[in-house]
Amino acid sequence: MAGKVERPLSPHLQVYRPQMTSVMSILHRATGFALAVGTVMVVWLLLAAASGPTAFATFTWFCNTLIGKLMLLGWSVALFYHLSNGVRHLIWDTGRMLEINQAYRAGYFVLASTVILTLLTWWFSCPYKGGIE
Amino acid sequence: MSEKGTESIQSPLGKVKGLGAAHNGVTHWWHQRITAITNIPLMLWLVWSVVHIPAWTHQEFVIWLEQPVNSILMILSILSVFYHAALGCQVIVEDYFHVEWMKITKLIGIKLFFFALTVTCIFSVLKISFGV
Ligand code: HEM
Repeated sequence: MAGKVERPLSPHLQVYRPQMTSVMSILHRATGFALAVGTVMVVWLLLAAASGPTAFATFTWFCNTLIGKLMLLGWSVALFYHLSNGVRHLIWDTGRMLEINQAYRAGYFVLASTVILTLLTWWFSCPYKGGIE
Repeated sequence: MSEKGTESIQSPLGKVKGLGAAHNGVTHWWHQRITAITNIPLMLWLVWSVVHIPAWTHQEFVIWLEQPVNSILMILSILSVFYHAALGCQVIVEDYFHVEWMKITKLIGIKLFFFALTVTCIFSVLKISFGV
């Protein structure tokens, strides 16, 4: 029955010019997925902590490598973007802010909030030494 | 169920009408929103805590995590975030995979994956907080 008919699938992304609204929409999905993959790091952290000092040292060693630091930076940006834009989503779900100009304004707000929260996080994590610097 | 020669004249739509949705779309949607809301304070707490741990040594981390409030908030974060992530990944798979067996395999995989991660994390937190 179903599945036999080859119906076209929408949306046909390639025929659209990227706009701020569409790019921010796909970024929500991309960051959500990246965060989901990133949960593996949280699992590693907790499992290492439960296993003992040696395993924990391996974890902090990895976080201090260049790749580790880039991952942490990427994770924080992704989290703050997804969180800020998630709030925009939740507001939309109540039927508010759906006008184009409001969506754009809220979009700029999301971008600003992402940058500010990320900078604050890294600013405050700097003075604390001994592990991830 | 219609055997050969005994097909009903009822249209396919007529057959399924009133049987209810095949899946659980609305519940899924709601759970995604509820966990989105609970994720907000939990993730802010987590980032705040991670930034404020005095030093990233095993000892300091355990001292922080074994405090009941922190253990509890960590477990709540795990449940909220991993459930939210599993629901979200399910939507992504449903959107991009249209070959039924591939879709089903991935959906089951996601559920098992996040379930295993959740158990691992909660066990680890409990082990630390009970200090065994
Ligand atoms: C921190 C607070 C968070 C908020 C406010 C939030 C909010 C949301 C919302 C509202 C959606 C639905 C979007 C839609 O309907 O298109 C969503 C989707 C999603 N979220 Fe979150 N989220 C948060 C954290 C997380 C975290 C930590 C992860 C992963 C570990 C995550 C993974 C996902 C995924 C994979 C999706 C599916 C994306 C899609 O369907 O396009 N989220 N989030």
